[in-house]
Parts: sequence; C-alpha cells; structure tokens
Amino acid sequence: MSHEVRAEMVANVWKVVVAAGDAIEEGDTLVILESMKMEIPVLSEVAGRVAEVAVAEGDVVQEGDVLAIIN
Amino acid sequence: MIESLLVANRGEIARRVVRTARRLGVRTVAVYSEADVGALHVVEADEAVLIGPGAPAQSYLDGAAVLAAARSTGAVAIHPGYGFLSESASFARSVLDAGLVWVGPDPSSIERLGDKINARNLMADAGVPVADGTREPVADAEVAAREAERIGYPVMVKASAGGGGIGMSVAHDEGELRAAFVTARSRAERFFNDPAILLERYVARARHVEVQILGLADGRVVTLGDRDCSVQRRHQKVAEETPSPGVGEALRTRMLAAAVRAGETVDYRGAGTVECLVDETAQDFVFLEMNTRLQVEHPVTEAVSGIDLVEQQLLIASGDPVSFDPGAVRLTGHALELRVYAEDPIRFLPGPGLITEWIEPSGPGVRVDSGYRAGDTVTPFYDPLLAKLVVWGADRTQALERARTAVDGFQVQGPRCNLPFFDELLADPEFVSGRYDTGLIGRMRR
Repeated sequence: MSHEVRAEMVANVWKVVVAAGDAIEEGDTLVILESMKMEIPVLSEVAGRVAEVAVAEGDVVQEGDVLAIIN
Repeated sequence: MIESLLVANRGEIARRVVRTARRLGVRTVAVYSEADVGALHVVEADEAVLIGPGAPAQSYLDGAAVLAAARSTGAVAIHPGYGFLSESASFARSVLDAGLVWVGPDPSSIERLGDKINARNLMADAGVPVADGTREPVADAEVAAREAERIGYPVMVKASAGGGGIGMSVAHDEGELRAAFVTARSRAERFFNDPAILLERYVARARHVEVQILGLADGRVVTLGDRDCSVQRRHQKVAEETPSPGVGEALRTRMLAAAVRAGETVDYRGAGTVECLVDETAQDFVFLEMNTRLQVEHPVTEAVSGIDLVEQQLLIASGDPVSFDPGAVRLTGHALELRVYAEDPIRFLPGPGLITEWIEPSGPGVRVDSGYRAGDTVTPFYDPLLAKLVVWGADRTQALERARTAVDGFQVQGPRCNLPFFDELLADPEFVSGRYDTGLIGRMRR
C-alpha cells in the first residue's frame, strides 16, 4: 500500500534527504521544510521504500501538498 | 533630536518605533517587502518604500536597499529594531559612512560583542563571571570532544556568531557531542556565515535572566532592572516577566553591577541587554551574551519603569540627555509579556495563513504590541511573532490575574496560534509559584 506524506503547513523545501528507491525506516527524515525561520524535519510514519519524491529543494509547498510517496 | 527616522524592520517592532518617533515629532519612513504590501507598519509611517521581494535576504536584510530608501526619502537616521540588520556591524558602519545617524551602539561594540566567544573572553577579563567554556573557536569534532571532557558534561554547543537559539544544542556524552557539533556547524555556516563553534558548561536547572542597560551620551552606563526569560521552547523565549521571581536582592545588586561593568568594558552607547544564566538555589549567575539592540521583551521594563526605551534610544543617538533622572529610577509593580506566535500550542510548529479574526484585549495594565490585523496574511518568510501581550499589575499575583483575563479576550482565527498555551501556562503550578527554570515547557509537555 502506498503512503502519501503531506506538508503540514506553507513552507519552503530546504532539503530533500531521500531519493526515489531508498529504503527507509519509520522515523527517518524525508525532507526538511523551512517556515517562519524554523527548520521542520518531515519524518516517515512508515517503513518502506521511497516511490517518489514530489518536491525539489527551493520549492514552495502549501498545506496538504504531497511531499513524497512511500511504498 | 533627529528630524526624521527610517525604521529598517517590519511587524510589531516597526510600528512600536514609529509610535514613539511620531509622539516626538520625528518624521517616519517605513521599508517593506512585497510580502508586506499594505501591512500596518507600512500604512502607519509617514512614508514607505518597497525594498524587495518577501525573502528577507532580498529586502529587510539588504543593507544597500535600505540605505537607498533612506537616501530617496531624506531620512537622517536609521533604527534597525531587532533581528534583521540590527546586529550587523558592517551595516551600522555603512549607515555612519553614508552620513546618517545609527540608532544603536558603535559598530565596534557590536563587533566585539556579536561574537559570543569574544564577548565571553572580554567579560571574563573584565571580572564578569562566565561559565567554563572554550576561549577559542572549536576547530573540529576531535577538539570538541577533548574540550568537553575538560569542561565536563553536559555541555552546550553554540554558534559563536549565532542568535535566536539557532544552532544550539546540549550534549550529555561524547556521542551526542559529535552529532551536536556537526549540526551546530552546518547551522552556523548557513544562518550566520561563520562556522566558529563554542562549547560552554551547561547548567540544567537554570533561569535565564537579563539586565537592561542604557549607555548614555555622556558615557555613563545605567541599568533598568532585570527580566526573567526562562519560559522557552527550542531555546527561544515565549514569556518574560520583571522582576525575576528567582533573583533575591543581593544577587540582583551583583547582576546589575556586572551589567554596568559589561557595558563600560565596550564603551556601550544606547540600549543593550546583558543576558545571564542564574542558579536560583545558589543565588549565583554567569554572563551568557550581550544583545546590542532593543530587545523583543523591552515593554515589560517600560511597564515597571514608566520609561519609553525607544525615546531614550533616539535621544542618545541624537547626542542628547535621556528624558529621566538616571539617579532616581523607580521600578514599580510586576509585568509579564506573552509572545503570541503563529504556531500550534502543543508542538509549537508554525502555521502561516490568512487572519480571519483578530480582536485585541484591553483594560487596566494591558498593552498589546501587534503587527497584524484581520485580513492580513501571515507569510512563511518571517518569524512567527504576531503580537506581544504585555500586562502590568501592582504585584505578581495581580499581573497573572490580569494576564488570564487578557488572554481570554485575545481572539485570533486563521493561522495557527499559541494563545491556548498561555491559558495553560498561567494555570501551571510551577509557573504560578514563580520557582521555574528553562526546563518548564519541557516538563509541561512530557
């Protein structure tokens, strides 16, 4: 089953930590967002493999936007 | 007194500076970014100049754009507020080189104090107590491990050029230290463009207490009491109060004297803040750092002293005497500041958005310094401070009671908002007792 990871807030994508194909554990950092002078690591809630990273560094994301898909 | 003033900032602090300038008959110029079109600080100034896009580096941090705005409007002085360019010695110097008045200390004072390692060494050499730490920038993880062993765990790892809690973390053993060192250095390079790292003995159950100083035009350094800033999340302040409930009279006398010595050491002019860590049980303190600008929480000092700190800054920058008798300062009652942030009250994560409702409280002893109104959009470009709720009472009990009422009367809808946290804080037995330290929020959220 695929799991969509979404942005919790309007933010800039500061760092993309994982790439498609990476194996990840629950709690691993996928991307690091930046909003209001704060870095916000987005962690995976599941273990699996990164199917897709939907954002690139420097992108602006809105609340609810998909950041990555985990299989 | 200067004839005109450009305020190189935004939000509540820009409005607050304009308010005093206007009262004193000084013409005001605002600068703003594309993200702040129509903002309160823009419409309230006599003139306003668009200086660039929303990203701070292209607007509020662009010194050349700010100077060009001063030139085009004929402003004779620049007030930097806090954050942004306020602690940039090179910007201060370029203001002076342009023949303008800089509302702040001499650039050399900013330079000597802005670097935390240098500031610690200066203070230690002047006889001001400092925590055990490194006198030189820590070059690599090996040196860090060796120094931490000497100082003794836990240690605080900090960016020497840092501020706002960014790049700071505590290490309890060598593993944590090595990780903290790498993180701190990458933050230091990214945010402050300076990789120098400092280690300092970490005091776990400490209070964070600071002293307001004013370096007068005639060279004297005076103090205006203390502020307790121990209510923190992520090493950033959320609420402050004065006087500190954890500082006895004997300790207060020593801290104020040390703050004067700190200011005199660098020939300080204008408003500044000497931050200290206090061990409440031992009634002892160490110097932490000095902020060479107006502090966010300055209104609590104004509330108990009746002194307008921005007015004093403008007078000192103009070379004039201050408006009060420095030998007869009387601090009365108790004041609190609650920082209303666009962040959730549980995890304290920011959440920008359109403000659909905004109602500020009022009443005896209540002051609100805000940067927003209904219809404004809080953007992700800037820090999450929406407003400062400042409450004064004849004593701490009355101040807390008035604060509870004021929090209930403050309505913000739209972005995330931490107001519900203050209901919790003002009912928390540890906070209410006054015997708390910087670990308070951590314990509330355990």
